[in-house]
Amino acid sequence: MALVLNQEQTMLQDSARSYVSENAPPAALRKLRDARDTDGISRPLWAGFADMGFTGLLVPEADGGLGLGFVEAGIVLEEIGRNLTASPFWATSGVAAGTLARWGGADQRERYLGRIAAGEITAALAVDETARHRPERIQASLRADGDGYVLNGAKVFVVDGHIADLLLVAARLEADAGEGDVVLALVEAGTPGVRTERTIMLDAHNAAGVSFDNVRLEGAAIVGGPAAGAQACVGALDIGRALASAELLGVAAEAFDRTLAYIKERRQFDRIIGEFQALQHRAANLYTELELSRAMVMTALQTLDTDPVDAAQAVCAAKAHVGRSAAMAVQEAVQMHGGMGMTDEFDIGLYMKRAQSLQMLLGDRGFQLERFARLRGF
Amino acid sequence: MSDLQSFRQEARAWLETNCPPEMRQPVRTEADVCWGGRNAQFSCEAQRVWLERMAERGWTVPAWPREYGGGGLSPAEAAVLNEEMQALGCRPPLSSFGIWMLGPALLKFGTHEQKAEHLPPIARGEIRWCQGYSEPNAGSDLASLQTRAEDKGDHFIVNGQKIWTSYADKADWIFCLVRTDPSAKKHTGISFVLFDMRTPGVSTRPILLISGKSPFCETFFDNVRVEKHNVVGNLNEGWTVAKYLLQHEREMIGGVGNRGVLAPRDIALEAVGRDAQGRLDDPMLRAEIAAFEVDEMAFAATMRRARDMAIARQGNPAYASMLKYYGSELNKRRHELVMAAGGSAALEWEGERSSDGARARAWLRTKANSIEGGTSEVQLNIIAKRVLALPGA
Repeated sequence: MALVLNQEQTMLQDSARSYVSENAPPAALRKLRDARDTDGISRPLWAGFADMGFTGLLVPEADGGLGLGFVEAGIVLEEIGRNLTASPFWATSGVAAGTLARWGGADQRERYLGRIAAGEITAALAVDETARHRPERIQASLRADGDGYVLNGAKVFVVDGHIADLLLVAARLEADAGEGDVVLALVEAGTPGVRTERTIMLDAHNAAGVSFDNVRLEGAAIVGGPAAGAQACVGALDIGRALASAELLGVAAEAFDRTLAYIKERRQFDRIIGEFQALQHRAANLYTELELSRAMVMTALQTLDTDPVDAAQAVCAAKAHVGRSAAMAVQEAVQMHGGMGMTDEFDIGLYMKRAQSLQMLLGDRGFQLERFARLRGF
Repeated sequence: MSDLQSFRQEARAWLETNCPPEMRQPVRTEADVCWGGRNAQFSCEAQRVWLERMAERGWTVPAWPREYGGGGLSPAEAAVLNEEMQALGCRPPLSSFGIWMLGPALLKFGTHEQKAEHLPPIARGEIRWCQGYSEPNAGSDLASLQTRAEDKGDHFIVNGQKIWTSYADKADWIFCLVRTDPSAKKHTGISFVLFDMRTPGVSTRPILLISGKSPFCETFFDNVRVEKHNVVGNLNEGWTVAKYLLQHEREMIGGVGNRGVLAPRDIALEAVGRDAQGRLDDPMLRAEIAAFEVDEMAFAATMRRARDMAIARQGNPAYASMLKYYGSELNKRRHELVMAAGGSAALEWEGERSSDGARARAWLRTKANSIEGGTSEVQLNIIAKRVLALPGA
């Protein structure tokens, strides 16, 4: 598969670019933040995403969606990243739709995918239990009970958790012997024993702490069923990482573009500061790093479309790479904007905050490098 | 089945039949690299046969036109052939500055006669070329070169000196930048000429480098006669040809790491072993190697993307500067890790155990990667100016 967008993908990019920048630019995020909006997202915008078909982009056509792939979802997320848009797209239309479309049983798909495509429900992925992402140490438990399960545990950093109608909860399936598999349990909001508390984060995007106290679930609550549940969970995390990488790439690319424009305008010492080689070489180096990130993110998304299990290495590499180049991009952005970069009035600081949050989501660079090395057998 | 898919099957079948097993082993020493030329030295019969078969099919230069010894393949087909060769582990049949540098420039700027004279011998590996660009006082500021070509009617007389001429002592012909109009501004008085290294007045002197080897030479021209039909492109417009050729040189140097076989990880595993969980038993080195391998993977993806953008006609010529900059810095990092992983064993300079200090010498050689073909700093200047459109760069 060529590492360039084809004609249809370019058209999708054009329409996503104009729709998102017109309807959900950074000013929209400021408005939600400053009004202390209880949802933390705009419902009319989500309805607009449904009209555009974005909500059901990864939902198969048979289930009421567009039946497109992760490359296309990445295209939309890059624009979301560029505009710092607050929307449930990543968790709902990316992770939940992508996971259910790939691994969900017939009843799970029927119950949720059409409603996701229609923009009727939103979803969230609940994984972390500690401040750092350590999925191998998950303690939330799923115990078989009659014809269903009982879920116990507590999660943090659940993106869009407080508004989600459906939670995909990573939990350890209790086994007769040894450590059980970590699987994803489907939990609908409002189920007795589920308690959600919103966390206000630095990037003004949604996150929540969610606890599960003897939550009773029906028999078909595991994504992919008990047999394929572990693979579905690993796959969901990789989908989440790859899509977060695409959004992070958008954040970094926009921060870079804005900075480049700024150093072509700003004058000091009677010249445009972009004439100084001290800035030029740093900008050229940053451009190079971002081009590498872009090729790596595209590769990860393409591999995910071809084979979600084999994609693990490319996904780790992508998130590790863009994690670092995005950090570099936002730090250089603030530095090159000088004092203006430190003001709340200028948008550039918002990019730094968003990059930090995405960088931490489902594992920072250190986590990705560690897993990458293990996957490569050293 | 698409045409490209059937081409892939044909190419694979042909390679499986025609690539000798010895030529499917990784390149280990310099003798494994075939440079061709009048005095070609083949390390084994298989190397000669492999070159002959590939040249016969035009696949030493798959994308060149058939009439000039090429395979006439489309860029997409050439990419497929390359993938199939990599999949089967086939060595490149021929390494050649004629292929990587002069050929593309001749195809773009040469006359039909020049192409017909020079391209087929390059494709067949019969003539080995060297590059007369840098001079003692023209390094990064290449356009300030002073080698003179004086107009004598039907020919030029060339006087001057070049330096860092790779393998000049082994080359048959040289492509060379000379000043044909000393009164013009520095970029506008240069011409691009070709001549035989056997021409009277040409001499070379190898330069001993920190690696203990002498891949580069000083090259002297003392009243060397060059025929006028050997000017490529217009007279005094050689800089245009020179820049175009440099893009190809940069792609070649940028891809330098892809041709290597040394994996820092394997050297480290051999040197320190694994811990109880199977991890490389040196956490700091392991982290550095993981970071390196991620960058290596991202760079490989970028090279593929550059190729795909060129095929889709979305390329930017200055992209080659980016690939050169990153690829050469990455290769330096690779060899830094090789040295770190190899420990004191990698410090050995002579002796059979270390193949006469192969690791140390290769490490030192890579330090030139970010100097030759335009320094990293020059590449960053070009990216700033031609890609980012920053002012006054």
